[in-house]
Amino acid sequence: MSDDRETKPFKFVTAGFDARFPNQNQTKHCWQNYVDYHKCILAKGEDFAPCRQFFLAYRSLCPSAWCERWDDQREKGTFPTRLDQ
Amino acid sequence: MLNLLSLSFLSSCDSPRPWGLYFQDSATPQMEGLVELHDNIMFYLVIILFGSPISHKYLNHALILILIAFPSFKLLYLMDEVSDPAIYQYPDFLNTEDEFIEFDSYLVPESDLEEGALRMLEVDNRVIIPELTHVRFIITAADVIHSFACPALGIKCDAYPGRLNQVSVLINREGVFYGLTEQWPKL
Repeated sequence: MSDDRETKPFKFVTAGFDARFPNQNQTKHCWQNYVDYHKCILAKGEDFAPCRQFFLAYRSLCPSAWCERWDDQREKGTFPTRLDQ
Repeated sequence: MLNLLSLSFLSSCDSPRPWGLYFQDSATPQMEGLVELHDNIMFYLVIILFGSPISHKYLNHALILILIAFPSFKLLYLMDEVSDPAIYQYPDFLNTEDEFIEFDSYLVPESDLEEGALRMLEVDNRVIIPELTHVRFIITAADVIHSFACPALGIKCDAYPGRLNQVSVLINREGVFYGLTEQWPKL
C-alpha cells in the first residue's frame, strides 16, 4: 500500500428510519423514495433543497442497477407510475 | 493433533474452526442472545433426557414448551427491532458532493489462497464497518436466491432478486468476521 495515496474526509449522509417501512422488506422504501424524488423535482425543480432528502434515501437504499433501469424507463416513458400527479 | 488443538482453542474464534462444536464468539447483542437461548434450551433438554422421575412428573411437556417458547419469542422480536441506523448500506454512501462509495468483493479462489487463509471465506475486498454503531445491511441478489449469513454477528438473511431485505447489527468489538454465502450480491 503506497503512502502517497490521497485521502480526504468523507462525510457519510444517509436516510434514517422511516415509520412507513418498519419491516425487514425494504423494497418499497427504496421505490417510494425514488418516486418521491422524481415527483419532487418535477414539481419544484432540480435545485429545490428539500428534494434532496428523497435523493439521499433512494440513493443509499436502491441497488444502482435498479435506479439505472428506472431512469431508462422514465426516459422511454414506460415508468409504471405517473410522476406529474 | 496438537496443531488441531491449538487451532481449536488458541486461534481466533471469529471463523469456523476444525472440530468446532459450539458457536463462534459473538460480536453483537443478537448473537449473545442466541447463544443464551441455545444454552437455556439445552438445559431443559438435558433435564428431560437425564432427569429424575420427579422432573418427568412435574416438568410436563407444555411447561417445557412454554419455558422454551417465551424466551424464543422475546429474542425474535428484539432481533427484529429496527434501530435508526447511524450508517447503513455500504455500497452507496453518499457525501454532500454526490460522490459515493461502491465496490465489488469476491471470494478468493482456492488456487490463489495464501497460507493460513480460510477456504471459501476469504474475500479480496473486505467490508469495513464501524463498531458500536447501528449498521444496517440491505441485502439483495442479482440472479437467483442467495443468502447472507455471518455467524459471529448472529445474522442470516435470504437474498432475493427484486427484493431488499434489511438486517441491522451493532458490532461491539473489533475483529474479522466471515460471512457464509454463495455470493455476496452487490457487495
